[in-house]
Amino acid sequence: MTAAADPVGATPMNMLSAINHTLHREMARDDRVIVFGEDVAKSGGVFRATDGLQAEFGATRVVDMPLAEGVIIGSAVGLAASGMVPVPEIQFLGFAYQAFHQIAGQLARLRYRTDGRLNAAVTVRAPFGGGVRTPELHSEAIESQLANIPGLKIAMPASAADAKGLLATAIRDPDPVMFLEPLRGYRAVSDPVPDGDHLVPFGEARTVSEGDDLVIIAWSYMVEIARQAADRLRTEGVSVQVLDLRTIVPLDVEAIAAAVERCGRVVVVQEAPETCGFASEVIATINDEAFYSLEAPVARVSGYDHPYPVGMLEDDYVPSVERVLAAVRRTLEMAP
Amino acid sequence: MTTTDSRSRNSPRELADAELQDILGDMIQARVASDRAFALQRQGRAGTNAQVDGSEAIVVGAAYALDPATDWVVPQYRELVGLQRFGSEVLDRYVMYIKGHPNGGFHPEGTNVLPPQISLATQIPKAVGMAWGKKLQNEPGCVLTFFGDGSTSEGDFYEAGNLAGVLDAPVILFCVNNQWAISTPNHEQTRASSFASKAEAFGIPGVRIDGTDPVAVFHAVADARERAVSGAGPTLIEGVTYRLAPHTTADDPTRYVPADDLAKARERDPLVTFRAMLVEAGLWDDERQREAEAAADERVEAAVRRADETPLAPDHGFTNVFAEPTPRMVRQRAEMRRHLGLEDPR
Ligand SMILES: Cc1ncc(C[n+]2csc(CCOP(=O)(O)OP(=O)(O)O)c2C)c(N)n1
Ligand SMILES: [Mg+2]
Repeated sequence: MTAAADPVGATPMNMLSAINHTLHREMARDDRVIVFGEDVAKSGGVFRATDGLQAEFGATRVVDMPLAEGVIIGSAVGLAASGMVPVPEIQFLGFAYQAFHQIAGQLARLRYRTDGRLNAAVTVRAPFGGGVRTPELHSEAIESQLANIPGLKIAMPASAADAKGLLATAIRDPDPVMFLEPLRGYRAVSDPVPDGDHLVPFGEARTVSEGDDLVIIAWSYMVEIARQAADRLRTEGVSVQVLDLRTIVPLDVEAIAAAVERCGRVVVVQEAPETCGFASEVIATINDEAFYSLEAPVARVSGYDHPYPVGMLEDDYVPSVERVLAAVRRTLEMAP
Repeated sequence: MTTTDSRSRNSPRELADAELQDILGDMIQARVASDRAFALQRQGRAGTNAQVDGSEAIVVGAAYALDPATDWVVPQYRELVGLQRFGSEVLDRYVMYIKGHPNGGFHPEGTNVLPPQISLATQIPKAVGMAWGKKLQNEPGCVLTFFGDGSTSEGDFYEAGNLAGVLDAPVILFCVNNQWAISTPNHEQTRASSFASKAEAFGIPGVRIDGTDPVAVFHAVADARERAVSGAGPTLIEGVTYRLAPHTTADDPTRYVPADDLAKARERDPLVTFRAMLVEAGLWDDERQREAEAAADERVEAAVRRADETPLAPDHGFTNVFAEPTPRMVRQRAEMRRHLGLEDPR
């Protein structure tokens, strides 16, 4: 149960490898950790995120489940109540709807309902996100629907290093964590991942690029879009900070306020539809904490208020670098 | 009451020779379309899609037992290529669908087939509701829904089967048992002796048939339809077959399907066994086979052409969310069009 004191270096890997590597490490570290879901064991997951786990830890700790999300989450709550540390996978976040009664009504409330006697140390892993031409319900960014459920923490890594650090923190956290993995970043996002034990605390945003003309606030794959926009703007002499929230619950209110105070202008980018997306919460937080530092209204770049579209339409639906650039330029042009 | 003998039947009618030939033709058509869809994905001209291979006898046999004028098919996702009997729009719209074209998937008035369903088992409650509605409004016909072996583990299957029983709904619940749910085999899905045996819990008949034999499928569905339209209630049918292709274009089955099992299943490929049956009966020969394959190729090519030639509106997503869009949607749509350099829609 003690962390191995590995020498700390770093190895470049993509998000998928970082997740797989972390699951291996956490299962080795704590034998109460059990991984289960649809197709996670024998085939190693539809994206291979759980590849090799069953070979290493056996069929009692890495389990292919009957095809039913409700019982995947519901039994995870029971396993946690019994003292295990479940790490179930929902094959795609859009199929968490089949388990919503268990997520919202049970997983999020075990501690509360038992007044602290029991807790649900459950990490639900689920890929989501657009831009990769998946069938319906594979792409939806529904994090704000989850964030509106008290009792759930929500981690949304944007880099491979954070995928490792946040997943390890999630698995060791005594409370339920929705760990949402961006499909588009699985193989496309690659960076040096610290070797050995690497924990990223929840509720600490990360500055991805420094700047003081404007701050772009994003999470998950939209951080990558924001970073590309910031790179382009830098060549035009515009200095843009990119702030990656990393976890939306808990939210790093201080980092948001500090960035707004420094930059005065803000663009929030989210994949979800505009209405009631998590950007709304970020903007309300800015209103509460840093309103008088604003030099222009906060802009948001979102998906639109219609269901996630079919493949041929998705590139015009998911926020693009061009749409972010347009929002940044509009915001910079506004007189204070 | 679970029966497994497909021959003990009181089917309303026998199939004529020409129908048997048409059934094989449609099965060939289904396979050709499915293979072409796979190739399109590999060429980057279509998104992820799921092959029908191994289930042709089930889809086509069932379609021939239904009346396309009064009955509805509520599919999962593999079956659309085999539903020619329900009209040529089904294949055309399916090709558009897998290409990610917004005009794909749904069907125009007169084609009684719902769009493909990705969210597993969710179509089963819907089918029961449609059948219930038919009953309430004294409409003729019935509703047949397809779902996989894996989908029977979902709550929606049990809830819908139970309700169908309670209502005596004119619905046919057709479980396509292709042995696999992606990498999960039947024996890890359930300890029940069969999927048909689950009918016991709903208090409705369960029938298990050879899903590689379109004639057996035809008779089982014809019997179930007779029950449904006469007010006797629903039937659960399990068609037993084997998935002969990867789960989808995104799958690598060599990681989990035993090669021997697949080789054995290939010997029972419905396209091979049913063709042999018709050859034996003097109803089929190599010439007919060539003609059927050529016609299928041409038909699929036409569907691909139609999809490629159908204009694309980048803001199509805003239509049919509501009867009337909200003011905010109107504003978003105008923003999108401006961003894309298109004229304002109004
Ligand atoms: C509710 C839901 N959960 C998970 C998935 C992901 N998924 C797609 S197909 C599939 C297996 C389906 O197996 P089965 O019902 O037997 O149908 P088959 O594909 O074999 O025809 C899974 C798990 C999904 N589409 N919907
Ligand atoms: Mg199956």
